[in-house]
Amino acid sequence: MIRDITIGQYYQTNSVIHSLDPRVKLMGTLIFIISLFLGMNILVYIVATLALAGLIIASKVPFKFIVRGLKAILILILISAAFNLFLTPGTVIFKVWKITITDRGLKTAIFMVIRLVYLIMGSSLMTLTTTPNNLTDGLEKGLSFLKYIKVPVHEIAMMMSIALRFIPILIDETDKIMRAQQARGADFETGNFIKRAKAMVPILVPLFISAFRRADDLAMAMEARCYHGSNGRTKMKPLKYSKKDYLAYLILILYLGICISLNIIF
Amino acid sequence: MINHIKCDKLKGIVVNEEISYTLIRNEENNLNIVKAENLTFEYIRRDEEGNVESINKAIDNVNIDIKEGDFVAVLGHNGSGKSTFAKHLNALVSPTEGSVWVDRMNTLEHENTLRIRQTAGMVFQNPDNQIICTLVDEEVGFGPENIGVPEDEIWERVEKSLKAVGMYDFRLANPTKLSGGQKQRVAIAGIVAMKPKCIVLDEPTAMLDPNGRKEVIEVLHELNKKENVTIILITHYMEEVIDADEVYVMNEGKLVMQGKPRDIFSQVEKLKELRLDVPQVTELAHELRKEGLDIKEGILTTKELITELERIRGLKNVNNSR
Repeated sequence: MIRDITIGQYYQTNSVIHSLDPRVKLMGTLIFIISLFLGMNILVYIVATLALAGLIIASKVPFKFIVRGLKAILILILISAAFNLFLTPGTVIFKVWKITITDRGLKTAIFMVIRLVYLIMGSSLMTLTTTPNNLTDGLEKGLSFLKYIKVPVHEIAMMMSIALRFIPILIDETDKIMRAQQARGADFETGNFIKRAKAMVPILVPLFISAFRRADDLAMAMEARCYHGSNGRTKMKPLKYSKKDYLAYLILILYLGICISLNIIF
Repeated sequence: MINHIKCDKLKGIVVNEEISYTLIRNEENNLNIVKAENLTFEYIRRDEEGNVESINKAIDNVNIDIKEGDFVAVLGHNGSGKSTFAKHLNALVSPTEGSVWVDRMNTLEHENTLRIRQTAGMVFQNPDNQIICTLVDEEVGFGPENIGVPEDEIWERVEKSLKAVGMYDFRLANPTKLSGGQKQRVAIAGIVAMKPKCIVLDEPTAMLDPNGRKEVIEVLHELNKKENVTIILITHYMEEVIDADEVYVMNEGKLVMQGKPRDIFSQVEKLKELRLDVPQVTELAHELRKEGLDIKEGILTTKELITELERIRGLKNVNNSR
């Protein structure tokens, strides 16, 4: 049961969005975020809303999966909305005791909420339509120019993909250790927060030891298979742009252009 | 313990048949794929100041010659040095004294390291800890990727080696969801895809159930026969050794026995002294012999024992009717 959990939050459908190159999707997410923070222009937001709605429909991912990510940052959204709402100076439109709401405060609060919500929805859409491995590949290739300033891009990407692969194994292991200790009378369920946190320490120690042992084994297995970094390494599944990726780039540039010009004109 | 390969030394090395390597030639032993000469390896334990606390000789003056195309088994109980020996064949550790040649390349020479690892592929004990990727086909392609095989050829090799171990139908599966035996077969395919002359397996079946164990051993014999790959199987399961061409027994770092399986298993008492089990049938035959039955030494299979027993019954019937 515990090993069936999905890593990241990939949702498989056979949509166009899924089949795009991960680099396009990464760039698309970046451009979408930039467009949100260009300025507080209602027209830009209408365009962004239409674009997001279009993408969600095209991706065939159920809407509830896309808004699921919002739950985690609900408090953050509320706090930033409250700060903007109550602390922005401007013409007072509402006043009770010491609490004042200004017209500018109301406007920034609304925009802030929309911005954060769209931000999460946009990036969720990317992670929902891209497998973690594909994403690492995209990052590796997309950021490969950083190699020239001595950033070990390949090594970082390799570490990320290995980490992703070992998550289910380590979860399994945690489960085993917990059960082994419960069988000997360990208590993880009762007591207050601090007591329960303390009970976790005896799990962490064996977990770390076994993780290090696994890391050592894995390093040896990788070396035994001639792994020696990115020098002279070929790719079995190299990322290649196809026609639809170029088309997607064109649409992205068009979208950014529209957003910028709307901002300048109005 | 992990050797650090110097990356700058390897820069630009694409494994390619044309590139000549510094091969240490050993004229007398041209046929041998693996040769160990006076091999000694010490684990040195140091205290906090760096003073030597104890020296543990994991391998003690071992000489082994392994012929190309053989199925070789190395036996020994835990701590006998057999795993350390396996690591030498892959240049994962360097000998303290003596030398090891793999396909005439000395493992001490750094520029040979990659070439050796490609020639003598290695499969480890724990299937979970040697799988690197999240898809079976990517996993098998990992080795060829590292040695710089072009894309089209990687796909070809992946397909061929997955078919060789009978895992082609699982090529799009997640390795973590496979059974232990299947995982080890994928690991073997990952090595086969690098086209090695020799595969070293360090207790590949220790963590598997009997079914998985059988699957893996069958695949190894098939590779040995069909592709003429030299197999060096390190194990402590006697049943896996019966069909080997040559058996080596190690004890406390020393090579104590060497020979054909039948010769090795006919020395039941000596094996027991070394804390090794003999196959059940062999032991039964041995006990029956001790009780006075005229059974020949070195029985390896149930079938052999049955023929032998029937032969004896036949003799008895003849005696009784006289």
